[in-house]
Amino acid sequence: MQKMTQNKLSRRDFILRCTKAGISAAAAAAMAGWLYEADPAKISPQSGNIVEAMNYSIPPIAGKTMSVVTGSNRPATVTKAIELLGGMERFVRPGENVLLKPNAGFAMPPRICATTHPELIAQVTKLCFQAGAKKVFITDNPINDPKSCFELSQIASAAQKNGAEILLPRPDYFKPITLKGAELINNWPMLYAPLKKVDKVIGIAIVKDHRRSIASMSMKNWYGLLGGNRSIFHQDINKIIVELAMLIRPTLVILDGTETMISNGPTGGSESDLKQTDTMIVSCDQVAADSFGASLLGLKPQDLPYLVKAESLGLGTTDYQSLEPLYAQSKA
Amino acid sequence: MKITTTRRISQIFFFTLFIWLCIVTTVGQKIWQHRGWPVNFFLNLDPLGAIGTALSTHKLYAPLLWSLITIILTILFGRFFCGLVCPFGALHQFVSHLAHGKKKAELISLHKYHKAQRIKYYILIVFLIMAAFGGSSSLLSGLLDPIPLFTRSINLLILPIIGSSAKIVATNRFYQSSLLTLTVFLTFVLLNFYKPRFFCLFICPLGALFGLINRFAILRINRNLSNCTNCKLCNSHCQGSCEPAETVKLSECLLCFNCLDEYGFHAVDFSMAESKTIQVSPDLSRRGFIAAAFTGLLALPALRLFGASYKDNNLIRPPGAIPEKEFIKRCLKCGQCMRLCPSNVIQPAGLEAGLENLWTPVMNNRIGTSGCQLNCVACGYICPTAAIRPLTLAEKLGKGDFSGKGPVKIGTAFIDRSKCLPWAYGVPCLVCQENCPLSPKAIYTQPNDDKQNETALLRPYVNPQLCIGCGICQHECPVGAKGAIIVTPDGQSRENKFFL
Repeated sequence: MQKMTQNKLSRRDFILRCTKAGISAAAAAAMAGWLYEADPAKISPQSGNIVEAMNYSIPPIAGKTMSVVTGSNRPATVTKAIELLGGMERFVRPGENVLLKPNAGFAMPPRICATTHPELIAQVTKLCFQAGAKKVFITDNPINDPKSCFELSQIASAAQKNGAEILLPRPDYFKPITLKGAELINNWPMLYAPLKKVDKVIGIAIVKDHRRSIASMSMKNWYGLLGGNRSIFHQDINKIIVELAMLIRPTLVILDGTETMISNGPTGGSESDLKQTDTMIVSCDQVAADSFGASLLGLKPQDLPYLVKAESLGLGTTDYQSLEPLYAQSKA
Repeated sequence: MKITTTRRISQIFFFTLFIWLCIVTTVGQKIWQHRGWPVNFFLNLDPLGAIGTALSTHKLYAPLLWSLITIILTILFGRFFCGLVCPFGALHQFVSHLAHGKKKAELISLHKYHKAQRIKYYILIVFLIMAAFGGSSSLLSGLLDPIPLFTRSINLLILPIIGSSAKIVATNRFYQSSLLTLTVFLTFVLLNFYKPRFFCLFICPLGALFGLINRFAILRINRNLSNCTNCKLCNSHCQGSCEPAETVKLSECLLCFNCLDEYGFHAVDFSMAESKTIQVSPDLSRRGFIAAAFTGLLALPALRLFGASYKDNNLIRPPGAIPEKEFIKRCLKCGQCMRLCPSNVIQPAGLEAGLENLWTPVMNNRIGTSGCQLNCVACGYICPTAAIRPLTLAEKLGKGDFSGKGPVKIGTAFIDRSKCLPWAYGVPCLVCQENCPLSPKAIYTQPNDDKQNETALLRPYVNPQLCIGCGICQHECPVGAKGAIIVTPDGQSRENKFFL
């Protein structure tokens, strides 16, 4: 019965069906040909951008590379120290975008001094805007939960009050980077997007005890731009600190030694871990800044292998006296 | 305005409110963050949580008193919560609406009462028996209670998916055992294609509770026999499948008011009229009741068999969690603590901890942005049943008035020397020591432990007296999988066990 109801395929329908089948088959074959790759190595993703260095530095002026101001009032000492170097106008031109890189590593209140002090953030932001900055961004990839870190350290509220914008380390801000001449920064995710947004970069760090690297200061502060499982770099901490200093050539570093964390660093957690040292260091040479900072912890630059190595690579000088730092005292 | 329009507005309002309250369950000061929003509103209105914890602990935790409003309104007016308020019910109703056509004959047969609708009462009985009896009772209603279930699904599944794909959050959130949450959620949503509001009709233990207490309702759905033409159209959209065209089953009536709205016969009304065609009590048999009660009594020990390898003290609970035996009497598995936790370290337990602990909060230090942050006490303040008790910062840190007691200890960190880089391979590392947030640090080094290489190689040690088990070290440890420094629940404050 079934057979009797079937009609023979007409020539027209046969040709139509063959054409459709032919096109489908050809499309599948074309797609395969387009995607075809015989070399397994080429299927895996490409390695990251090759980067020479991210240079935000400004032309040096002899005798105006570094300043050290003593005093306990952070806004006053930092203002004075920048003034000695020619004022923020020397570093930030009108209309420029500035990135502040604090140490916001821990979800700790400011009193603990494990993070960059909010007063310092507020004052530097103000100085940037006074110099005509268009936008001031603040970023860090902290160790604890990023949002909690910025909130608890009060960096977020200091930024908000003064018009700076916090860039939380969103996953899409990271990009794999390969630094020319570096061994560890090789196809490694870095907090790249904030760096690309700006014309100037100012590092704002604290002088802290750090068992593994002996001291955490300006150069170690760039660790907060690393993404991924960055803990593995502790196996060769001096090398990664030097490579980070190779990668980032900041406009300025501000090293806060108002209260130095002399024990239980870099987290601290108690006021008894702090020592009043009343020193604010501002420098265009981060190696020199850290060399001075080391003295607050009772160390010589030679005690810190990363400083010695950085100097040998021409990233700065450990002999900060040769820069003829400008000294002053702030009474405020 | 038609009464069904009012009902729809109410459903949309409460559904939107529910989703909004889930969204704002985020630590922060902004308008869309938790800054005083009543984020436990629905969980507090849910009487199943209140009755369950009251049975298991013989106490009613203060915020759960709100559920009394729900109970009293249900006694007076019937299952208004199901028809007008319940966001999970609204979702089912909406999906059912999309899933089925408009042919009246099909709809009438689709909305026929099914004998299996009584199953939900048995489910309720099983849960309540488990909560009430035995020296070690357990609150399991949260597994199927629609409010915790929906809260959990939105918090741990839908919002993280939207957040990470739309790139609107700074850090993507992860929740282990999400597959199970997804399976349960999707199954119940998709079952609406088989029968409209499947979950509400057959599963929902909260609906069953309302079905048991609405028998004295003053206002009821009532068929006016003198106007009725027996067309049965009022059955065609009945959300509770309670058959207003036959004998109305009051216990099944969800107050969707669709029967009032069908055409203009005025044959069905919602009134105080004395009705002859009404059945006030659910189709429960004494045999069924006894069977369910026995199932409940037997189920708890049986469930524990699945998790037998897990002792009471094998799960790391958030700081402030009460002793384990009390904890499982209170935890609703709503996932509020997991949603609020800023570092995403609080995770829903999977089946490996037994069905009894499914979706209860445990710490997984290898997930999230950090371990348990020292200066955070968020989880205790959001827990709707105080399974995690609110701690002040002073109490958590053992400062101020609590300096005599010492800090709240979640567990203790152990160094696995077979994996730890300095111990196993002589490679410097010390990430754990650096990140220990305590002062003095609970992780220390002994410079002289390697006489050959005194300055270069420092190895970490844990001081168990100082360690609070926050897990920040485990989170940061560069060694893969569980890491080389592992927090266990040993020494946790809540169990008062002498250890270390």
